[in-house]
Amino acid sequence: MNPPRSETLPLRSDEDLVRVRQAVRAWMVEQNFNLVEQTKMVTAASELGRNALVYGGGGSARLESPVDGGHGGIRVTFEDHGPGIADIAQALSNGFSTGGGLGLGLGGAKRLVKDFEIFSEPGQGTRVIITIRK
Amino acid sequence: MPTNNPSRIAEILARHQQAILEDWLLAQLAAFSARHNLISEADLRRQSADFIGIFGTACQAGTLTDIATPAWQPVRDFLASISRSRASQGFSPSETATFVFSLKQPLFAHIRQELAANAESLADEMWTATVLIDKLGLYTTELFQTAREEVIKRQQMEMLELSTPVVKLWDGILAVPLIGTLDSARTQVVMESLLQSIVDTGSNIAIVDITGVPTVDTLIAQNLLKTAAAARLMGAQCIICGIRPQIAQTMVHLGVAFGEVVTRATLADALAFAFREIGCTVSRQAPRN
Ligand SMILES: Nc1ncnc2c1ncn2[C@@H]1O[C@H](COP(=O)(O)OP(=O)(O)OP(=O)(O)O)[C@@H](O)[C@H]1O
Ligand SMILES: [Mg+2]
Repeated sequence: MNPPRSETLPLRSDEDLVRVRQAVRAWMVEQNFNLVEQTKMVTAASELGRNALVYGGGGSARLESPVDGGHGGIRVTFEDHGPGIADIAQALSNGFSTGGGLGLGLGGAKRLVKDFEIFSEPGQGTRVIITIRK
Repeated sequence: MPTNNPSRIAEILARHQQAILEDWLLAQLAAFSARHNLISEADLRRQSADFIGIFGTACQAGTLTDIATPAWQPVRDFLASISRSRASQGFSPSETATFVFSLKQPLFAHIRQELAANAESLADEMWTATVLIDKLGLYTTELFQTAREEVIKRQQMEMLELSTPVVKLWDGILAVPLIGTLDSARTQVVMESLLQSIVDTGSNIAIVDITGVPTVDTLIAQNLLKTAAAARLMGAQCIICGIRPQIAQTMVHLGVAFGEVVTRATLADALAFAFREIGCTVSRQAPRN
């Protein structure tokens, strides 16, 4: 159906984050995901992108489709080379923030997009992958 | 080295000022033929004559190899004002640099004429003139770039302000319809103008309509909550409306709640609530027969 494609966007500023949200929305619309699905994916992308920006000192977002040799779906990988997360369970828990935030972004993104993977090594950086299948 | 002997450029300029000016004007007009709508010939003539005068003075007073010295201050100031005005008039960077670069040819022609008999001194003076004009041209381009960036920044700020109008709906009731991405810079502007309007109008109710906001993530929610808290400190109540179904669902998953802040589905609902709060009743007139 869709030819394989991918796009890597930088995450260095607020404007970059806006572009990542717009790209994710455009890809979702192209694959006819409904408004609720679009909004969930875009909001999760916004949370993860901002974390990479704020805590990871900047990074990138890579969009890919299709997913796992299927006919469609979108995978977004957020990557930064910042300090990493020592205690992932704690970071995912509601209300935990080291930056004066609500502490809901990371856990919220996981609730919004079930297919959620996180890898982090202190001192190495963080990678979060969210996937929506068609 | 050309710097060892005093340069004769100043003297040549002074002697042929009028002729150089005329040739330079012709060169500029040729380059700008399509740009007559951006600058009038009279303005161009005046600017060019002024510049030749200031340029000649600097050549007489200062070293021709270092335009950062005080003797060149008037020239730098003049170029700064040219760059600024051209940036706002819509000239391109190369068109702006042409102002300086097109002086080369007429200046060279007169140097050549004067020093034709002395090949070595001719080469030296040509070199000095090239380096000098190149420096002034690059300086102008840099200034132009800075001026352009300032114009863009100002326009962005104007847009930020334009896109967040605070409107008075009724005595004591304000509304801000938010449209577009609420990044940190814009949220700050919205918050400040809303709080200022609360003071200015003595309002007790502020309705924030987020119908036009495509994504509400934790940071945006937190910013809205902060705005509501600040309004409350000033004795005003915030109502957030226009939370569309998909946004409401997303917020539930994120786990963000607007807490004590009153929320309504639509602006109409919010206004109805506000009227009740300030003790205003809206009634339909009985149909007249
Ligand atoms: N990419 C990252 N690199 C390093 N630390 C991170 C990263 N992402 C999250 N964290 C840590 O996990 C904590 C929780 O993240 P989460 O996104 O849930 O909350 P928050 O960003 O603090 O606030 P918000 O509710 O606005 O998202 C952060 O405060 C930070 O300490
Ligand atoms: Mg976060």
